[in-house]
Amino acid sequence: MAPIAPPPHHILSVLVENKAGVLARVSSLFARRAYNIYSLAVAPTDDERYSRITIVVDVESAPLEQITKQLFKLVNVVKISELSPDESVVRELMLCTVRAEPGTRGQVIELVGVFEGRIVDVGHNDLTVELSGPPSKLDDFEDLMRAYGIVELQRTGRVALAKLEREVPRLRSLGRVG
Amino acid sequence: MCFPDQEPDRSHTAMKLNGGQALIKSLEMEGVEVMFGLPGGAILPVYDPIIDSPIRHILVRHEQGAGHMAEGYAHATGRPGVAMVTSGPAATNIVTPLCDAMLDSVPIVVITGQVPSAAIGTDAFQECDTIGITRSITKHNELVTSAQDIPRVVREAFHIATTGRPGPVLIDVPKDIVDPRNPRSAMEWYWPESVDLPGYKPTTQGHPRKIRDAAALIAESRRPVIYAGGGIVRSGASEALFELANLLGVHVVTTLMARGAFPDSHPLCLGMPGMHGNYTAVTSMQQADLLITLGARFDDRVTGKVSAFAPHAKIIHVDIDPAELGKVRRADVPIVGDVRLVIEELIKIVREQGGRDSQPDRHEWDAQIDAWRDRHPIAYEQGWDEGDKLKPQFCIDMLRQNTPDDTILCSGVGQHQMWSSQIWKFDRPNTWVNSGGLGTMGFAVPAAIGAKVGQPTKTVWAVDGDGCFQMTAQELVTASAERIPVKIAILNNAYLGMVRQWQELFYEERYSEVYLSPDLPDYKMWAEAMGCVGMRVEHPDEVVPAIEKANSIDDRPVVIDFRVDSEEKVYPMVPAGASNDDIILGPAQGPGGH
Repeated sequence: MAPIAPPPHHILSVLVENKAGVLARVSSLFARRAYNIYSLAVAPTDDERYSRITIVVDVESAPLEQITKQLFKLVNVVKISELSPDESVVRELMLCTVRAEPGTRGQVIELVGVFEGRIVDVGHNDLTVELSGPPSKLDDFEDLMRAYGIVELQRTGRVALAKLEREVPRLRSLGRVG
Repeated sequence: MCFPDQEPDRSHTAMKLNGGQALIKSLEMEGVEVMFGLPGGAILPVYDPIIDSPIRHILVRHEQGAGHMAEGYAHATGRPGVAMVTSGPAATNIVTPLCDAMLDSVPIVVITGQVPSAAIGTDAFQECDTIGITRSITKHNELVTSAQDIPRVVREAFHIATTGRPGPVLIDVPKDIVDPRNPRSAMEWYWPESVDLPGYKPTTQGHPRKIRDAAALIAESRRPVIYAGGGIVRSGASEALFELANLLGVHVVTTLMARGAFPDSHPLCLGMPGMHGNYTAVTSMQQADLLITLGARFDDRVTGKVSAFAPHAKIIHVDIDPAELGKVRRADVPIVGDVRLVIEELIKIVREQGGRDSQPDRHEWDAQIDAWRDRHPIAYEQGWDEGDKLKPQFCIDMLRQNTPDDTILCSGVGQHQMWSSQIWKFDRPNTWVNSGGLGTMGFAVPAAIGAKVGQPTKTVWAVDGDGCFQMTAQELVTASAERIPVKIAILNNAYLGMVRQWQELFYEERYSEVYLSPDLPDYKMWAEAMGCVGMRVEHPDEVVPAIEKANSIDDRPVVIDFRVDSEEKVYPMVPAGASNDDIILGPAQGPGGH
């Protein structure tokens, strides 16, 4: 059986005016046109007039073009760019409380170290771990932790920025960046 | 006060106003001459300064009426219509006109009152999340949070409503910032010189290379058709379209929203395409090798089944709204821009290339179109035997023949709307006022009132169905009280006629809940009770005299109750979801009718 193709994720980076109700306008536009938002993150930018909304949607490219155009019709939307996964830096934050009883605690701590996570809270039988990185790294960690027992888990949704243009070979070719 | 020794720019801004005064003054600055509305608690402080303003206020009987009047005004004048109502139920009552204006790209500005800022979110009396409700049915909306913002917000609202693709803008105003008894309403008057909207920059100039590409496609085409939409009317592109069509010698279809954008009396005019379009308009689009699409949006009522629509045609698509390009049908040459400016550029290029002489020989295509026109005209039969009913098409035909050329025709939604569009000969833009996109029953009476207010020297007729009429007829009280002499022709078949037609054709004549009542209201008496002149017409011989009498009355509204045949159907018809090739003709419309 052919492997199931991963859903066509598109990352939209939307610069909006920093005004009340803008997030509601953006999200209700998606709802009104029956498109699912996979993840959404919003925060102010360095310019206090604007905020940046990072939206991940699962759609084919053709409807994506339509949704981008509709989005751009919103008066408060200033700029929309689609970030391709290869050409952007994508990060997500995870907080995960995992079972770590005395017998398995050492293994969990070791895996947290391998993933460059941080232990931010410790209980008698549980640990809470903070981990940030590309979504796939978080997925892998989540998979590994399931064996020990995930008590509670939250992820922020993605934020992303386009990669800088460089003339020297990119660090990412070494597998360390991106 | 102005003191010459001081800096000139700020001297006049020292005037202290309250928010309510500032709002009315802002409307004056925008050139608003008339507004439609109904006061209430939350908006009362804005109503107070109207007494001192030159703006004419027309007091409606229902807020839906205010919205449709603003739309009718905008349709007939091309200028933005303005409506003002209070919070809560008033705001929900005006939701329908907002959505209507959104779908038909009608520039209106609606002001709604809101409960005082401190009460927002408390479920206060007549509180309603107006911004939330209208978010997806306005081009833009804004809750004003400070009296000082009022002139800026009003200026932006008119700018957004009237530029780019026009549409409705709503301003929601909490009571405290307009109420002189509240210190929060104090503001220093100013008028912004310009608008600063970093995310709103409509593209008006079409890309020159794309326009050249369009000219090249036209010059290759053997079977072109110009597909003109409501954008022609909105951008004032009728003259440009006229010039282009003549220059190219290419036939024009005018969609429901574009009726009048190109004169029906012109030999190149094919009339309305689509579900109830005439055979020639529909079929020439189906057979075309090129659709020159100008300010139209491939609405489903035009295309029928999209995959079977104009299968051999390349597409040039001009629209000011980039989201329309590629939404339904991929364009070979998409052009974002104001349709008037783009047509004018296109004309220049075609001229440079030698005008009509540079175009291919299209005699065969023209002859084919003429043959279709001769074979399948829009036609009806008004025979008469004792006991027969009037034919609705005949009433509209007589109305057209007995009213001035520049009469503005408004319609509701349904069979009467389609017959009006088919039979009325439109020769000018802005003379056809109807609800195309949303299909709002009850649109005609208030829209006619708004149109007449905007064009007081023109004759304004509304053709309405009896179902539609019963939805908003009370606005005739407004018309009587305000001495707005509109004329209403009810095509009364006692049914929700279009629904009945579908039940007859697609539901095996199971007429569920479409018969309005065996005890029909007496429309003549109803009209008279509202201060109008009422007439009832049942015989063909009475039709023209009644119309002439109505035309002669200019001091109050007139309502004529035409008792028409309920069996009559709108033909041609393309069933919903079917291909335009499967057009059904009426018995009187030529061979092939069934």
